[in-house]
Amino acid sequence: MSDPVPEPADAPALRTSGLSHAYGERWVLRDLSLELAAGETLAVLGPNGAGKSTLLRIVATLLRPTEGSIEVFGFDLPREAWKLRGRIGFLGHQPLLYRDLDGRENLAFHAQLFGIADGGARAAELLERVGLAHRASTRVDEMSAGMVKRLAVCRALLHEPDLLILDEPLANLDPAGAETVAPLIGPAPGRTRVVVTHDVDAALEQADRVLGLERDGSVAFELPVGDVDAARARRIYSERTGVAA
Amino acid sequence: MNRRPPSTLAVVATVLAKDLRVELRTLQSVPAMLLFATTIFVIFRFGLDRTRLDGALAAGVLLVTILFAALLAINRIFVAEREQGGFEAIRLAPADGTALFFAKAAALLVYLVVLEAFALPVFWLFFLDSGSGLVPLLPVLLLLDAALAVTGALISPMATNSRARDLIGPLILLPLLVPAMIAAAGAGQHLLAAGGPSYEQYGTWLAVLGLYDLIFLLIGWAAFDFLIED
Repeated sequence: MSDPVPEPADAPALRTSGLSHAYGERWVLRDLSLELAAGETLAVLGPNGAGKSTLLRIVATLLRPTEGSIEVFGFDLPREAWKLRGRIGFLGHQPLLYRDLDGRENLAFHAQLFGIADGGARAAELLERVGLAHRASTRVDEMSAGMVKRLAVCRALLHEPDLLILDEPLANLDPAGAETVAPLIGPAPGRTRVVVTHDVDAALEQADRVLGLERDGSVAFELPVGDVDAARARRIYSERTGVAA
Repeated sequence: MNRRPPSTLAVVATVLAKDLRVELRTLQSVPAMLLFATTIFVIFRFGLDRTRLDGALAAGVLLVTILFAALLAINRIFVAEREQGGFEAIRLAPADGTALFFAKAAALLVYLVVLEAFALPVFWLFFLDSGSGLVPLLPVLLLLDAALAVTGALISPMATNSRARDLIGPLILLPLLVPAMIAAAGAGQHLLAAGGPSYEQYGTWLAVLGLYDLIFLLIGWAAFDFLIED
């Protein structure tokens, strides 16, 4: 592999036009057009089955869209997906961790895949920050769901990604765990984030733009966070998605 | 952060080391292969009602046993990548996706060499008067192992991504392996002949096996990235 490819100048972090996806005959994401500047956070709200996770997988280069176009840092997907390798941190429903390896071994494996020279030190630092240093030698299949989630956070942040994609990042975490992890995955200089959440208040607090998806995968609303107050966002979210906020 | 995309070789070494570590820890594939091979030898010994084999029959018993034992490992070799996110991990990393193919082929090769280190003495004990044909058989088996490993690593991700992986894998793989099995049997029947090994067409069969390995290695190198896309 060569060095990371420089991105086109002035390109937004994310731009989609008419983006749609279907699994067979069933459309789960319809006609999404949006733009997100580098360093901004997009919060994605919507009921189960609205296409939130599908959108994240497309942005993460893991899934080809059925229709429409998508650019990430100016690179057209899926044609130029290889140029984004190593720049995306993905925290989905699957932790992407091997159950038969322990925490330290999993992070060492991913550090080697990403070519991180001081991977051991970086892994140790992250394990300490999520409160897993004392369980670093525990196999993943012997960890609780919350511990696995914290380890997955370490895995997603290991290479200091430019784009962090988070699918319900605080699910499975107890309040203390959520409090520990939240600052690590929160807004940071130079970090663009796309976050799926069911917490409207948290979305408005940390996001620059908010995207709401309806049950059929169409766009309910797509707003800059400054244009909307929490009560209105909650009302729109409840009315358009049928989910109480 | 000091970060540089890893070389293909480094990724191969990383994935191979991970696979061998997991196998040593869980003993999921190799012990099953050893047990399977031993069981098949016992079945042949009683089924054929023969304590001594030679020629084509001896080669057939040995090679068919290795082939079906290999299928056990081939069916499992990508399961962890599918179920635990290895495919996604490699696609997110600045790593050459074909490294996964080379690493899995190397892991399968290691498993098969371990299998044969155990199965050949058992085969000798059960069926052969003399082990003199086994030494020249080793290069044949090594090239056959490479054929099984390379085609297995190529076909297994397709099978793993389907619901009927236990069925799809062998259905696609076995016809592809026919040329390699013919070549290995062609060499083996003379090496295991009664009265000692003969080297009739030995070089030709080795060349056929080598060519088969090379062709499927090149196909895997060219096609593997497409196979692991969603």
